Amino acid sequence: MSSRHKHHQTYTTKMASPDESTVNVSHVGRKKKAPSRYWQELQQEKDEAKDAGAGEGNKEPTTEEAEESKTPKQKKRKFKEKQDQNQDKKCISGKSDPFPGKARIPEDRLQKFKRKEKIKKPPHQHYKLRTMIARSEEASEMAQKQAARFDLLLPEEAGFLEGDEGEDTCLVSQEDIANAVDITSGAKHFNLKLSQFGPYRIDYSKTGRHLVIGGRKGHVACIDWQSKHLMCEINVMESVNDVKWLHSESMYAVAQKKWLYVYDSNGIELHCIRKFNDVLRMQFLPYHFLLATASATSFLQYLDVSVGKEVVAINTKTGRLDVMCQNPQNAIIHLGHPNGTVTLWSPNQKEALVKMLCHQGAVRSVAVEKNGTYMVTSGMDKKLKVYDIRAFKPLKSYFLPAGASCLSLSQRGLLSAATGDIVQVYRDVWSTPVTKPYMAHRVRGTVWGLHFCPFEDVLGVGHQDGFTSMLVPGAGEPNFDALDANPFRSAKQRQEWEVKALLEKIQPELISLDPTELGHVDRATFEQKHEDRVKALGFDPLAKVKFIPKFKKKGRSSAGRVEKRKKQVAHEDQRDIIRKAMEDKRKTEEERKNKEQKKTLLSSQKSALDRFKK
Amino acid sequence: MKVKVLSRNPDDYIRETKLDIQRVPRNYDPTLHPFEVAREYTRALNATKLERVFAKPFLASLDGHRDGVNCLAKHTTSLSTLLSGSCDGEVKVWNLSKRECVRTLQAHEGFVRGMVVRFCGTSFFTIGDDKTIKQWKMETPGYGEEEEPLHTILGKTVFTGLDHHQKEGVFATCGQQVDIWDEQRSSPIRSFTWGVDSFSSVSFNPVETELLGSCASDRSIVLYDMRESAPLKKVTNDMDYMDVIMTMRSNTLCWNPMEAYYFTCANEDYNLYTYDMRYLEKPLVVHMDHVSAVLDVDYSPTGQEFVSASFDKTIRIFPKDAGHSREVYHTKRMQHVICIKWSADSKYILSGSDEMNIRLWKANAAEKLGVLAPREREAANYSQKLKEKFQNHPQIRRIARHRHLPKSIYHQTKELRVMKDARRRKEMNVRKHSKPGAVPVVSEKEKHVVTVVK
Repeated sequence: MSSRHKHHQTYTTKMASPDESTVNVSHVGRKKKAPSRYWQELQQEKDEAKDAGAGEGNKEPTTEEAEESKTPKQKKRKFKEKQDQNQDKKCISGKSDPFPGKARIPEDRLQKFKRKEKIKKPPHQHYKLRTMIARSEEASEMAQKQAARFDLLLPEEAGFLEGDEGEDTCLVSQEDIANAVDITSGAKHFNLKLSQFGPYRIDYSKTGRHLVIGGRKGHVACIDWQSKHLMCEINVMESVNDVKWLHSESMYAVAQKKWLYVYDSNGIELHCIRKFNDVLRMQFLPYHFLLATASATSFLQYLDVSVGKEVVAINTKTGRLDVMCQNPQNAIIHLGHPNGTVTLWSPNQKEALVKMLCHQGAVRSVAVEKNGTYMVTSGMDKKLKVYDIRAFKPLKSYFLPAGASCLSLSQRGLLSAATGDIVQVYRDVWSTPVTKPYMAHRVRGTVWGLHFCPFEDVLGVGHQDGFTSMLVPGAGEPNFDALDANPFRSAKQRQEWEVKALLEKIQPELISLDPTELGHVDRATFEQKHEDRVKALGFDPLAKVKFIPKFKKKGRSSAGRVEKRKKQVAHEDQRDIIRKAMEDKRKTEEERKNKEQKKTLLSSQKSALDRFKK
Repeated sequence: MKVKVLSRNPDDYIRETKLDIQRVPRNYDPTLHPFEVAREYTRALNATKLERVFAKPFLASLDGHRDGVNCLAKHTTSLSTLLSGSCDGEVKVWNLSKRECVRTLQAHEGFVRGMVVRFCGTSFFTIGDDKTIKQWKMETPGYGEEEEPLHTILGKTVFTGLDHHQKEGVFATCGQQVDIWDEQRSSPIRSFTWGVDSFSSVSFNPVETELLGSCASDRSIVLYDMRESAPLKKVTNDMDYMDVIMTMRSNTLCWNPMEAYYFTCANEDYNLYTYDMRYLEKPLVVHMDHVSAVLDVDYSPTGQEFVSASFDKTIRIFPKDAGHSREVYHTKRMQHVICIKWSADSKYILSGSDEMNIRLWKANAAEKLGVLAPREREAANYSQKLKEKFQNHPQIRRIARHRHLPKSIYHQTKELRVMKDARRRKEMNVRKHSKPGAVPVVSEKEKHVVTVVK
């Protein structure tokens, strides 16, 4: 409702409105009228003119009328709200703020920053805990709201690709996209023709700036792929099974024929780790500084790269391990096996945490979504399956004619699957049944490595004939957090980040299926401790105290009575004074009367000399 | 075909010149920040460790007295001034910021028993073993002037404690009885006696300024109203389980300056007791940790914590509602700590001990002193909050609670624990073999109060 309309109401109808009450309502009669202002007059005239046109009859039921029927409490609240609004509205120009109050926060954004449900309040006897919980919940709610507000201000928006009427997006070629977008983005689609040492495994660094490719026949190269600057290029003269960046772009690990090696970005060999042999696949857990390796001898090993020590070596007893991925949400390693099972591993347990039978044939590839909600697997049975790994339930199953050899999931949930030399990208594989790919591209050889670039709309494909960088609009997270992974960071910033990250390195013992487990109340330990305490003390110190009734005469000591009694006492003192004053007054009065009487008496007596009066 | 590909302009993300600060765009999306809890926990752990690393509470030692320091007094208006009286009758005035003595005067013969600065800060009172009360000017006498008291009152008996009214020219002393004096008169305007006992300390309530609390040597704490002639209430403390040879009285009493119906008394039975003035039936909290008699106690001006000085050569800081101390200070050279004060800016603690030194401590051992840069302060606040959040995790608690103790105290604590356990075990056995309800469970709080007399 516009303010003009409201003004009109308050003048024509006689309904009380908080807005006007300050101006022309006085408590005692209608004696005084507030000095009129020129803008009010103008407003009134306008309204009257309008009113004449509209007529009285078709007036809508106003909000104020509707309010009459509400309960007093609601009304009060409404009243208050309105007052607040009106305070905003008061402008000298008479114009109203079209968006009064704070901006609304969309519900979905609030939901995005929600950490957990509100806790049930403890009983009244734990009043300190109650206030503590209330306060912390208030703070977290405020943080949630502020974060949601801030979310509206993020500068970048995600990419997209939409076909025209009847045009299929999967038929759009990479060249068309590269030509349609700006030059810098167009330059992100390129091919590296490296037919000598292929096929290639690839890996992007955490910030997405750097790319390492490792050819099967020993060729390893680091590239700042956006500027196409070659950082180093070596041939290790051995077969290369996998390459992986470590925590920053200054170091990478190469799984070679026999041992695991670590090189720096200039291609200088830093370490040859002889405890890690026959490594086939590697995963790096960035927050734990752990390099997890899966070997041909069925060993899953963890290397702490910050101190250079092997944390644990687990014999999985499941044969050759060449399918591996990590869950980025809880740092659990997923391994795929030839018998069709996928197993979940943490460094704290020698046995698998979970074993899932996913396929009827061997598992070819596994990928886990960024939020740790969905897992996508592909197997020799030519099926592509989607699982909810919080509940370990299958969600969707697709049949791919050739079966997918490599899978990769992007930050925004696009799935890329390589079948032979064709790379297909799917959208929303877990929510809606997908019938055709979002994009497709044929590369020049069998795909061996597939990786989405973080924070970019780019998919890197390593294959028999080199490396292809594909443009996949809508793949990357548009807004990065510079304190976490900053693609534009300087050397100094990187150093600072490295120190901070090392300081808050999470210990491998904290890896578990539920990453928030550390924040839960440990009731079991408390109960155990309490039991021990009761045993030691001989009684329960937390037991409810036996109720001892207070001696209280019924009705005598109710709060009202007590107050009344107190007042009586207070009055008693005053009354004494008053009584005394009255007494004094009475006495003086009496005295005065006596005197007067005497006087009159005296005057009434006849003296002997009166007879001489004339 | 409509297409948009992510393309960031580097100018939006890289600073223009080297003189600018780096641009740090943020995105608070929780999915970009995995392992929130584990990372915060690690930060909290690091912060706790660093706190222990930086915990260097000892700041300075003020030496100059030629006998043990018997009493300390805070200046009421100047933060940097401290007064101390020693066992040879000498009073020294210290400048704390320069850490030097600015004035020395021979106030009494024998001990200086008590000292208090008048509320206006222009003069101070001392009492001594020579049965005199003296009032001194705060200013140093000029060149050629003699150091003389403004007034001297000769009392009948030895005085043991002294406190001044918050607003009026009235002060109280204790000895054989509690006396209320007018500054203008040479004889007390009121005397309170209770039996034939002597009193060890007297203290005015900072809010209800007419109220007085005092500790008597017959194990009782007595509260007075200055406007009436009879004491309000009397509590008797008993430590029936301690050695009988020991005296079992409260040594000092200190009112909570913020919630002035609470007071804490330092007891000979190694404990401190916080009472609510209105319910003297049992103490609110029994503060245990000392392994010898507690000699002095003083509240922080925030009223949240207090510090106690003990005969066991340590100082302990207790939160007002916690049964155990959060901090213990000791040095190799510090002997029995006789008097303790918490500075009026709540940042420092001053202790006077037997071996003639006054020591200056930080109230928060790991706190950085001086002006903090905004980022520094923010980081400190953040780590403080994290420590609070994860304080109950066993790893963090273990590190935060760890204190090095002198060997003797460590062993004595252990011994006391063994004794206590044995006593409890015995009681449990007795209870087990007697009629149910015949041996009731008496809580620690109830154990120490014998009776309340009105």
